[in-house]
Amino acid sequence: MSRLFVYLIPVFVIAVFMVMAHYEKRLAHDPTHRGFFDRNGTVLGVTFIALVAFWTLFLVVLPYLYMVQESFHPKLVAAERGGPKDILTLEQYRSFFIQPTDGEVNTTHLWAFFFSLAASAAVTVLNFAICYPLAYYMAQAGSVQKVRLLMLALIVPYWVNEILRAFSLRLLLASKGLINQVLMGVGLTDAPVDFLGNNVGLYVGLSYAYLLVMMFPLYNAVESLDKNQIEAARDLGAPWWRIHKDVVVPYAKPGIASGCTMVFMLSAGSLAAPQFLGGPQTLWFTSIVYDFFFQAFNWPRGAAYAFLLLAGCIALVMLMLRVFKVSLGETIK
Amino acid sequence: MSSQSIIKVMIGFYVVLFFAYLFGPLMVMSITAFNTPSYPSAYPFEGFTLNWFVKLWNHRAMMDGLVNSIIIGIGVICVSVPVGLAAAIVMNQIYHRARSLYYLVTVSPVLTPGVIIGISTVIFWRDFSEMTGTRGLFYKGIMLSIFGQASFISAYCLLIIMARLQRFDRAQEEAALDLGASYPQVFWHILLPFLRPALVSAAVIAFLSSFENYNTTTFAILADKTLVTVLAGEVRQGTTPALSALAVIIIGLSLFGAIAYEVAKRREERRSARIAERAKLAERGELAPADATPQPA
Repeated sequence: MSRLFVYLIPVFVIAVFMVMAHYEKRLAHDPTHRGFFDRNGTVLGVTFIALVAFWTLFLVVLPYLYMVQESFHPKLVAAERGGPKDILTLEQYRSFFIQPTDGEVNTTHLWAFFFSLAASAAVTVLNFAICYPLAYYMAQAGSVQKVRLLMLALIVPYWVNEILRAFSLRLLLASKGLINQVLMGVGLTDAPVDFLGNNVGLYVGLSYAYLLVMMFPLYNAVESLDKNQIEAARDLGAPWWRIHKDVVVPYAKPGIASGCTMVFMLSAGSLAAPQFLGGPQTLWFTSIVYDFFFQAFNWPRGAAYAFLLLAGCIALVMLMLRVFKVSLGETIK
Repeated sequence: MSSQSIIKVMIGFYVVLFFAYLFGPLMVMSITAFNTPSYPSAYPFEGFTLNWFVKLWNHRAMMDGLVNSIIIGIGVICVSVPVGLAAAIVMNQIYHRARSLYYLVTVSPVLTPGVIIGISTVIFWRDFSEMTGTRGLFYKGIMLSIFGQASFISAYCLLIIMARLQRFDRAQEEAALDLGASYPQVFWHILLPFLRPALVSAAVIAFLSSFENYNTTTFAILADKTLVTVLAGEVRQGTTPALSALAVIIIGLSLFGAIAYEVAKRREERRSARIAERAKLAERGELAPADATPQPA
């Protein structure tokens, strides 16, 4: 059964964990060290392990593995599963590059993939540019009272959910929306500008949705920087841009990396903003995945595309981390 | 001097611009909720009405979705908080070399796009429930939504609880053990009360993230609906001021929550300051007689 082999992988990982634990125990030679079950009592120890195992296996690892193995299967109806037609195949991945219907290069999907990643990267850069000054100001210049008020003001809009926030932007940017009313009222333009059609809505929506995700890691990173370092740089005659380039940014690099990683991953995987703020021509990659599930009912192909998206995102993030010389461990802390 | 004040003005201008970007759209939307035209518009303001709130109240699908959202939110709390707690304790005690792999596995759902979590949850439970003959039990929208959301919300809970667990003083545990407490007693009477604030905020965060989740839920909910998926359907079909009315309610609630939080935090701070003050006084009081005892000359 090709579907059952996925269970071997977690079993293997657990075995690796146990070997590591055993090895470490031998290496430590610590007579005061107590085993996990000694330290928590048997009942609690077993409960903890069971809860963690349920989470990591049934909610995280096995679903991922199932999605990956689904992507290597053909599209089947329920009755055919496990039958002779249930073979391993690369057909779903090939269809991403070459259209199965006419054998042409699948430019639509390739372009959507490229566009989604590029636009997400652009939104990440944009959000960094928007958030950095305020994060720096709050972390280094603001008084405690003021910072707390600003923090609260930052958090409140994020309790309104993503869809309603997208909706509010649509009200502003629509052809009958307030911005177009103002533009036409002032006389800057005669006909309404199609913000949604030319993807301005999409960029604004994505940036708006994940502003806070950039703000917090940035703020935390800059906040722990010793003010004396900035003073010292200033006393030594560094211009303001040198202070940022050579003191603040290098120090805050892990925070910047983690903010950027999260904004990028969230944008690339977002569904609401492209669905509600994209124009009819906009083809976002997650929307394609969505359509495979809900319109074409082609789950294997949807799974293959989802996996490609994940792989593409991870590859790009890794590449960027390498370019900017940040280790992954620093980023996720 | 003048360059200083120019910088100050520029920073002020920037902060105002930033918050205008943040609040502007929400304010405009709020105005449309009280305006009469059926296409939500803020200008011109044709007349004040509360009609859209009534419409919202009578929207059956939305109210059904709300009930499902609350059920799922409570389910996610029940799964994620215990899992996050267990995972944090394991993280604290696990062998060094295994820790980074463990960390990677447990934090990866936070970075995985929600769409992918939704899809993988549905595919796994479809096959797993079929294989074990538990389709009637597990393969349901509410169940799958709880599982899908709990997969990453547990990681949030883990991080919140971890942050507090790291401040736990092991000496307290040692003291309790020396006084004859058993390990489970230490857990229930020492560790759990210490972690209580973190557990409460983990539960709140879990409920809120569950309630507003779209990407994962839209797949995992199958044929059912939550408030957010109903909302998404409405927004896709068109725009009505009833949605603005809903947003007004949510904004109102979150403003209320934010203010309550701020007040509670201030009160907590004042109280702990008072306790610290009293402890200091008590300490001084205890030391004072010893100092006052006349020294033999």
